[in-house]
Amino acid sequence: MSKKYDAGVKEYRDMYWTPDYVPLDTDLLACFKVTGQPGVPREEVAAAVAAESSTGTWSTVWSELLTDLEYYKGRAYRIEDVPGDNESFYAFVAYPIDLFEEGSVVNVLTSLVGNVFGFKALKHLRLEDIRFPIAYIKTCGGPPSGIQVERDKLNKYGRPLLGATIKPKLGLSAKNYGRAVYECLRGGLDLTKDDENVNSQPFMRWRDRFEFVGEAIQKAQQETGERKGHYLNVTASTPEEMYKRAEFAKEVGSPIIMHDFLTGGFTANTGLANWCRENGMLLHIHRAMHAVIDRHPKHGIHFRVLAKCLRLSGGDHLHTGTVVGKLEGDRASTLGFVDQLRESFVPEDRSRGVFFDQDWGSMPGVLAVASGGIHVWHMPALVTIFGDDSCLQFGGGTQGHPWGNAAGAAANRVAVEASVKARNEGREIEKEARDILSEAAQHSPELAIAMETWKEIKFEFETVDKLDA
Amino acid sequence: MSLQSTMGDYQTKQTLETFGFLPPLSQQEIYDQIAYIIAQGWTPAIEHVHPSKTMDDYWTMWKLPFFGEQELGNVAAELEACHRSYPDHHVRLTGYDNYTQSQGSAFVVFQGRG
Repeated sequence: MSKKYDAGVKEYRDMYWTPDYVPLDTDLLACFKVTGQPGVPREEVAAAVAAESSTGTWSTVWSELLTDLEYYKGRAYRIEDVPGDNESFYAFVAYPIDLFEEGSVVNVLTSLVGNVFGFKALKHLRLEDIRFPIAYIKTCGGPPSGIQVERDKLNKYGRPLLGATIKPKLGLSAKNYGRAVYECLRGGLDLTKDDENVNSQPFMRWRDRFEFVGEAIQKAQQETGERKGHYLNVTASTPEEMYKRAEFAKEVGSPIIMHDFLTGGFTANTGLANWCRENGMLLHIHRAMHAVIDRHPKHGIHFRVLAKCLRLSGGDHLHTGTVVGKLEGDRASTLGFVDQLRESFVPEDRSRGVFFDQDWGSMPGVLAVASGGIHVWHMPALVTIFGDDSCLQFGGGTQGHPWGNAAGAAANRVAVEASVKARNEGREIEKEARDILSEAAQHSPELAIAMETWKEIKFEFETVDKLDA
Repeated sequence: MSLQSTMGDYQTKQTLETFGFLPPLSQQEIYDQIAYIIAQGWTPAIEHVHPSKTMDDYWTMWKLPFFGEQELGNVAAELEACHRSYPDHHVRLTGYDNYTQSQGSAFVVFQGRG
């Protein structure tokens, strides 16, 4: 017998709180940190989140009876305390896979972090984690090349890659900018980078920059016998303009281009990733605007979710913070989302802020980029924290060297190679950092000067967004 | 003293990727890296190339990769043998990682003068 239409407002929990539900392997699972308005029961708030992020609306409508909402609805299936926090709780929601268009993290986010975040019954809401079912992952393009292919293309094995963001970030002419690139690359860095806000300003139009940087790459490759690249930032105001710039980057011989995935948006990012896959180009991803979204511990989206979405949308590099440098980043939490970028399976681990097992199947990995306020003294710690599948990216830590970019780059390279060699020899390189670097500096005046220049610099502030414990 | 007189001039070198910025490895240091490759479960392999062809993806293989080899001395002896046969060539040691289908390690042990 079919149901009768019963107009009016019902409690969300009647339909959307299902504590006995056992999630399916094909369900998309989400964990929200929920802070409700005072006096509203947890189950009702959790159910409201499930409803508003899936099929529900505030009032019953007759057309619901034309479909099977039991099949399509999201379900709040578990509530947990947040350790050390009486005000908030974790709500776990399961969504059937058919709620989402294949291959579209855009569609997933539009549902999960859409209207529900403005819902009045909530004081704060934070999306902590998403478990993407392998069936959904298989519909996404993912990284255009991935770590293994990038290593083969760039001939970089057995160590982290080294990069630098060209400074000053704004104001250089194209020719002077290309000079700064050439000096870094000939000195021993593998890759240099346009800063995120370098697009095509009046002082340096994109086409001029691409041409001079192209020459810098070719010349450095010939002179060092090593593969080099520069992340040419193609982020622009329209996708059409981005493709035009990407084509030219390929023409001047850069192996890699760059995009800002949050300011540019996931749709633009996925399109550009597809272009890169078709054109054999690597894609470096910057994350401007992420702290607006992910830094507040009770509201927004945790970066591990943005990182997972980026891996699905497509990118070969993603900035993760450094743990040790000038920007925010808790060590355990950072390692938690670095795993999501690189591994094929990541088990649930609350000590790293990982709420679900995540199976990535055969999706290629994304290289973790550690960038922001790092220098030679950090190198042993960076090698330990990030391992080989990373790009350690300097700015002032290369170009602030008293002898200039090439010497600064050489100092970086000597430091990373000494650290890797010592690690391979079985030494505890974080503990023995001073000895390892000092020994290496005996053969490298560039490193000795760098160590002297930056010996006092530390960045020790409390992390604002800590893991709940 | 002026700043210029104390400032070093960094000269570009053919550094040939990993470990190219360290002094040439001693016999013991080479042994340590071979031991690391074997301990990771990787397969040591040797390849060589004339310095004019450094940028090629494929250098010439010296025999086959040493599948299942556990003796450091055997690998070191093959490195020496390759170097003796091709004294003008760069000789590189790699560690094939069949899990990642990549090379876990690769560095030039002998630089040819070409």
